[in-house]
Amino acid sequence: MTQQGVRWTADQVLALAPDTASRKAGSKLGAAGPWSEAGSSDEGTVWGLCKGSGSKPYQTVVDIADASGPAYKCSCPSRKFPCKHALGLLLLWAGGDGAVPRGEAPEWAGQWIAGRRKRAEEKRSGESPGSPSGSADPEAARRRAERRAERVTAGAVELEQRLADLLRGGLATAEQSGYGLWEETAARMVDAQAQGLAGRVRELGAIPSTGPGWPVRLLEECALLHLLGQGWLRRERLPEGLAATVRSRIGLPASADGPPLRDRWLVLAQYDTADTRLTTRRIWLYGADSHRTVLLLSYGAAGRAPELALPVGLALEAEVSSFPGAGQLRAALGEQFAPPAPAETRPPGVTTSQAVARYGDALRDDPWLESVPVTLDRVVPTPDGDSWQLADVDGDAALPLTPAARSRPGLWRLVSLSGGAPVRVFGECGHQGFTPLTAWPEGPGEAVGLC
Amino acid sequence: MNRTSAPVDAPATGAWEGLVTTALLGTDRRTPPGTGPGQEAPVALLDAAAVETVRRRAGLRPARAAERPQPAPEDSRPPLPPAAARRLAMLLADRPGASGGGRRGTAPDLMELLPQWLAAANAHGFAPPPQVLPALLDAARGRTDLRPAALQFAGPRALWLARLNPDWRFALRSTPGGGAALPHLRDDGSIRQLWQDGLFAERVALLSALRSREPAAARELLATTWATERAEDRLMFLDSLRTGLCPDDEPFLEQALTDRSRNVRATAAELLSALPGSALAARMALRAEACVAIDRTLSAPAIAVEAPHECDPGMERDGVVAKAPAGRGERSWWFGQLVEAAPLGTWSPRLGGRTPREIVALPVSDDWQGELHAAWCRAAVRQRDAEWSRALLGEPSAPEAGGPGAVSLAERAKLLGTLDAAERAEWVAGFIAAHGLSEAFQLLGVCAVPWAAPLGRAVVDALNIARDAGSYPWSFSGVMGLAERCLDPSEAGRLDALLAVPDDEPENASPGAGGYWAESFQRLSTTLRLRAAMTEELRMP
Repeated sequence: MTQQGVRWTADQVLALAPDTASRKAGSKLGAAGPWSEAGSSDEGTVWGLCKGSGSKPYQTVVDIADASGPAYKCSCPSRKFPCKHALGLLLLWAGGDGAVPRGEAPEWAGQWIAGRRKRAEEKRSGESPGSPSGSADPEAARRRAERRAERVTAGAVELEQRLADLLRGGLATAEQSGYGLWEETAARMVDAQAQGLAGRVRELGAIPSTGPGWPVRLLEECALLHLLGQGWLRRERLPEGLAATVRSRIGLPASADGPPLRDRWLVLAQYDTADTRLTTRRIWLYGADSHRTVLLLSYGAAGRAPELALPVGLALEAEVSSFPGAGQLRAALGEQFAPPAPAETRPPGVTTSQAVARYGDALRDDPWLESVPVTLDRVVPTPDGDSWQLADVDGDAALPLTPAARSRPGLWRLVSLSGGAPVRVFGECGHQGFTPLTAWPEGPGEAVGLC
Repeated sequence: MNRTSAPVDAPATGAWEGLVTTALLGTDRRTPPGTGPGQEAPVALLDAAAVETVRRRAGLRPARAAERPQPAPEDSRPPLPPAAARRLAMLLADRPGASGGGRRGTAPDLMELLPQWLAAANAHGFAPPPQVLPALLDAARGRTDLRPAALQFAGPRALWLARLNPDWRFALRSTPGGGAALPHLRDDGSIRQLWQDGLFAERVALLSALRSREPAAARELLATTWATERAEDRLMFLDSLRTGLCPDDEPFLEQALTDRSRNVRATAAELLSALPGSALAARMALRAEACVAIDRTLSAPAIAVEAPHECDPGMERDGVVAKAPAGRGERSWWFGQLVEAAPLGTWSPRLGGRTPREIVALPVSDDWQGELHAAWCRAAVRQRDAEWSRALLGEPSAPEAGGPGAVSLAERAKLLGTLDAAERAEWVAGFIAAHGLSEAFQLLGVCAVPWAAPLGRAVVDALNIARDAGSYPWSFSGVMGLAERCLDPSEAGRLDALLAVPDDEPENASPGAGGYWAESFQRLSTTLRLRAAMTEELRMP
C-alpha cells in the first residue's frame, strides 16, 4: 500500500479517454490555469474545481483506488465518461508539478468517496451469503436453461444443413450470393440464442471479399463452424473442459467461478474493437508470481468506452477468477488490494519458434482459437516486401505481422523503438501472424503501447 | 506464416488442396476422397476439412527471416528528462482540426507551443524517446514551418525511419544529402567529390555548410566549377555567399557582374553594395553623390535632388535595372537604386558633416523626400547600419506613428532588425505605449523571444487599456496569440489582477466583453505557466 504516491503518466491517463475529442479536450485542461483547490489524498482520491463557461466551477472527483479502474464524478453536464474535466484533472495530477498537492478532501469530494466506499463494502458483505438475485426457483432456472439448449440445438442442426448445402453446390457460388444469405443465417442463430455461432456466421459472409486465397479461408471457417456445431450436438460425450469451451464458443453465458488467484497483475495491453452494436475492450494481464496471462473483457454500448480501464505499464495487486473452459484465458477482476501503480516488471519472452509452438499446443484445448498471447524476446521488426515481420535476432526464423497490424500507426512506434535493434514485444500470435500490442526496448525504458 | 515449408508430410498438403478444390466445385460435381459408406458427402468433406484446418494451424512454423534492416545510427545526445518526454507527448497529441474552430476558451493552444518547445529542447541538445518519432514526423509533415526544428530534434533515427515509410519522404528531401551525412568539412577529397558529383540539393547544402565555417574555402570551391554551372544554379550558389560576406569576396563578385545571366549580375551587385569598401560601392557613391546636394540658395538648409538623366552601361553593369516598373518615372527609379546601393557613410561628408539624425531632419526640396528616405531605409537594412536605422525610425512616440523617414510598418520592422535586441524591444515598447496595439503586430514579430521586460509590460498595459476601452478581445487576438508565445513566463504574476471577471462593466463596453477578456487573460496566464513548466522540465536533472 505504499505505491499510492506514485503518479500515473500522461499516456496512462489519456488511455482512459472515451474518444479522440475527449483526449484533446482533456489535454487542454491538463494545465493549472482553470483549476483551483485541487488536491489528492493518500487513499487514491483526486479532486479539483474547474472553471468552465458558467459562473460556478465544476466539481470534479476521481477515485483511482477502485478495484474496477478509476471512478469519476463531475458536476458538468457532459455525457462523456470520463469527461474532459476528469481527464484534465488526472493529467494535472500526473504532471506532478505541485498543482495537485496532498491534502484533506473537501466536503463535497469526501462525501462522494465515503458513499462509494460504503456501497462497495455493502456489496462485498452482501455477496458472501449467496447472491439474493439468483434466489429464484432453481427448478425454473433449470427449465429455462433446457429450453435454451433446445433452441441452440435446433439452430446448430439448421446450420449444419446450410453448410452441407453450401458445400454440395460449391464455395464458388458463395462469391455471388454475398452477405444476404449469411445475414439471414446469422439472424436465425441470434433467434436460437447462439451468439457465438451468429458471430462466426456473420464473418463467413465477409470472407469472399477478402482478396486472393478466400476459398481456403472460407473452407477453414466452414470446417471450424461445422466442428463447433458437432461439438455442441455431441457435448455429452466430450470431456468436461472441452464441453465448457464449446458452450462458451457457442455463446452461452458463463460466470467466472474459478478459484480467485491473487497476484501482482501487470497490465500488458488494452485495446478496443467495435462493431455497430458493441464496443469490446480487451485487457491482457500478466501475473508476476503465477506467470499466468489472463484476459479481461468489458463491453460498452456502441460508440462508448467500456468502463473498465487499466492503462498499460501499471500493476495491480488483485484477485482474478477464471471463466470455465479448457484453454480459456478469460477471467474476471475480483477484489483489488491496492490501486494500480507504475511497475518496472516485464513478462519474460520466448523465441518465434516457441511462440508458434505455444499456439499449436493451445489448439489442443480449443481448436477454435485464433491466437494466443505471447511475449517475444529479442526480435527485430524487419521489412519484408510490402509487409513486416518480427525476426529473431539470432537464427533465421521470423513471424509475419497480421494484415491488420501492418496498417496500424503502432507499427511505426514499434519500428522506431527498435531502430533495427532487438526489442521485447507482447502480442497475439495466431494462424494469421503476429499482432504486436506492447513493446519494451532492450535497455531500460517503459512499456510502449502499440494498439 | 510459411505454410509450404511446414514439414507436415507432403501428402497432407496435397490432401488439403484436394479438399479445397472439391469444396469450390461442390460435392455434387466431385465426390470427396475418403467418404465413408452411409455418410453424406458434404459432411464428410467438412469433417476432413476440420481435421486438416486444425492440423495445419497446429503445425505452423515460423517463416524465414528477411534481411534485417541496418541498425539506426547512434544518437549520442542525452535522453529527454521524463517530465519533458511526457510534455512532448501531450503537445503532439494536440493535433489541430479535431475541435474545428470556435472560441478558444481559457485552455492554452498546445500545438502553438511546439515550435518553442522544440527550439528549447534543441538548445539543450536532448534526444527524443524513439517511440514519439512517428508522431513528430507526422506533425512536421503537416507543418512545413516546423520541419527544420523538428528534424533537428528528431535526429538520425528519424531519417532512418523516413527511408522505410514513403509518408515521411519529406524528411529526406529537407535534410541535405537525403540524410547521408555531409562529408567531414576537413576532408578535402570527399568535399570535392560531393561538389563534383552531388545532386543540386546536396551541393547547396554542402556549400552553405562550408560557407558558415570557412567562407573563403566555400568561395574557392564555387570558383572551381563556376564557369560550367547552369544560370539558375549559379544564382542559388551565389546567394549562399550572403552568409559571411566579407571584403575578400569582392574580386569574385566583381567578376560575376559580367555574368551572362541578368539575375546573377543583380545579385552580385547587391552583395557588393553591402560591402561599403568595395569598388562597386565607391562607384555607386560617386553616382549618388552627384544627385544629392545641400541647396544653398535657400535661407534654411535643405536637400536638393537632381535625379540621373540616363542609365548608362556602367550603371547597368553595376546592377542598376534600366527599365522602370509600370507607373514609375525612370529617373526616380534609377535614383532610388543609386542611393540604395551607395554606402551610407557617403552622406555625412557630402552633406556638411551632419550626423544621420541631422541629415534625416533636413527638408528635401521638390517632393523628393519620400524617394530619398525610402532609398536610405533600404540601404540601412542592406548595410545593417544601426545608426542610420535609428535616425530613420525616429522617436517611437512621434505623432502619426511615423518617423522622419515616414516609412511603412513593414519597412520599420526591417529597420528594427538592424538594432540589437534590447534596443529593438525598447523602441517597440515606446511605440506601443504611444500608439497602442492596433499597428504593433508586425513590429512585435521582429522582437526577440521571450520579450524583454519593458516590452512585455508595455504589451500587458496596452491590453489592459484595450479592455477598459470596452472592445472585444478578439480584435486583439493576433497580439494575444503572440503574447502567449513570447511574453516572458516570469511576467505571469503581473496578470493576476486581470484574471477576474469585472463586476461592473465600463460604460460603452460591448456586452459580455469583460468575461471574454478575463477568459483571454486566463489563457495567457495559463500558457505562460505552462511555458515556465516546459522550460523547467527541460533543465538537466
